[in-house]
Amino acid sequence: MNFKHKFVFLFPGLFVLIGILIFPIIFTIRLSLSGWNSYTPEMNFIGITNYIRLFTDDPRFWESFFRLSFLSVTTVVLQYVIGFALAMMVWREIKFKRFFRVIFLVPMMTTPVIMTVIWRTFFHESLGPVNDLLGGLGVKPILWLSDPVIAKFTVIIVEVWQWTPFMFLLLLAGLLSLPKEPFLAAAIDGASPFRKFVYVTFPLMAPISIGAIIIRLIEASKIMDTVFVLTSGGPGTATETSSFYIYIKGLREFQMGYAATLSFTYLVIMIISLTIIAKVLTKLMIKE
Amino acid sequence: MSKLYTFLKYFFITFWTVFVVAPFLWAVSTSFKDFQSVNSKVTYIPWLDFEPTLEGWRVLIKSPAKGGVDIVEPYFNSIFVTCTASLISIVLGTLAAYALSRFTFKAGFVRNNDITFFFISQRIMPPIVLSIPFFIFLSTIGLLDSLLGLVVVYIVLLMPIAVWIMVDFFNRVPKELDETALIDGCNPYQAFYKVVLPNSIPGLIVAGMFCIIFGWIDFFFAFILTFTEVQLLPVKVVALNSSITPWWSLSASALVSVAPLIIVAFIVERYLSKGNLSGALK
Repeated sequence: MNFKHKFVFLFPGLFVLIGILIFPIIFTIRLSLSGWNSYTPEMNFIGITNYIRLFTDDPRFWESFFRLSFLSVTTVVLQYVIGFALAMMVWREIKFKRFFRVIFLVPMMTTPVIMTVIWRTFFHESLGPVNDLLGGLGVKPILWLSDPVIAKFTVIIVEVWQWTPFMFLLLLAGLLSLPKEPFLAAAIDGASPFRKFVYVTFPLMAPISIGAIIIRLIEASKIMDTVFVLTSGGPGTATETSSFYIYIKGLREFQMGYAATLSFTYLVIMIISLTIIAKVLTKLMIKE
Repeated sequence: MSKLYTFLKYFFITFWTVFVVAPFLWAVSTSFKDFQSVNSKVTYIPWLDFEPTLEGWRVLIKSPAKGGVDIVEPYFNSIFVTCTASLISIVLGTLAAYALSRFTFKAGFVRNNDITFFFISQRIMPPIVLSIPFFIFLSTIGLLDSLLGLVVVYIVLLMPIAVWIMVDFFNRVPKELDETALIDGCNPYQAFYKVVLPNSIPGLIVAGMFCIIFGWIDFFFAFILTFTEVQLLPVKVVALNSSITPWWSLSASALVSVAPLIIVAFIVERYLSKGNLSGALK
């Protein structure tokens, strides 16, 4: 086709996006080479001093990064397993199928930060219903938000509640679009439900699963709202993720230059690791 | 074996339903409480456990001067920003997705897939990375703390979603459709507008809903890029979450702000059951 037309379609979107993003990205890189903080709020040039500080003298960032990796991988795995299970259950005929489908979708439609405020009252250690009901069963009050280990699980619970529906939606849409023939063949061969799942459903779902997992990993790596409201990174730094640490450095301590260094490094790490994860997952799941 | 499986299945479904619904029930109950029934001991059922009051709901429409919260204006701000940004993203994203699905682009080593990846990869960017430069960018051009500024930022959040869904969708719309239209004497724009677009409505609806969801639920940009002139709903609600939290009005405002999107859940389910969505979402 005439080459002129294709640019008319592509360019508006492409240029709007580039136009909005080009400044922030160049600015971040430039800012990361400056010592902009609350004492010297100016764009001076200090070379790679910030990067040296990050790689030699900032264990807190790397801890927050590993914490983020742990949190996002754990939540995504849980979301995938639960989402797949739920999708399998309401895939075929079941009583009140449509009712359950709506219910399973609802959390995804709610604003994370607002629901987290509700969760905070829900897990409140003396006035929340969880500890009250558990207390009725004779369980001692659990420090949902102030114990460094349990707080991590509280964040995971809230994240799983919030985003399993997304996984559920993608996987259910995938299940509903599968061809019928392989299942007929398996039924004729008299395969048990378990074998049917392992040899027919799961392999057919592999490409969709990979897509869903990667999308969720990308979104999960941005965990911020939940941590921000639920624990504020605390107790101590027990639930502090990379984004939250950058937020503290940049917008609470106003070390803008250093925060930009963190941001840029973090972005590069994210792009590289997500690309690797995508490649590895594709290899693992398609081969099976 | 199969009986056990059925039992486990219903057990799990029931468990998950309770888990999903629990925070909502708690919020509904809390929204009718007053200071006494929140702070003395944990209460659940109105009339039985505590005397319900409408105070939590009433402050929502009172003006701040009278000690109210006034979420009406933030509500309309949120609707405006979400809808405008979604609309722009859908229009631009759909055009770009059509181009990426139908034509071949070559520029150096860049191919169609690379351009598509560029669009989608914007979702990798954590909000915090963008928020500091955006803060300075918007204050330079005088759009800090304004609705327009937020719309600009939200386009970056939403256009990748529109492109992602629509490229996938257009790849499924047979090429013969536009080719026939071209042979019949349409120009490429007419072919797109009169033939392809009417056949892409399910995809557009899904893309639209996703944009609205992800626009509506954003908190961080609204939190950093606005202060007093313009407030969006999530920021307003979270601002109530202070040291002496009024749990009742907090719960009421939370319920009011998540309500509109629950309708979206019903629409999504309808499309899912009709089988339209399976094509639109991989």
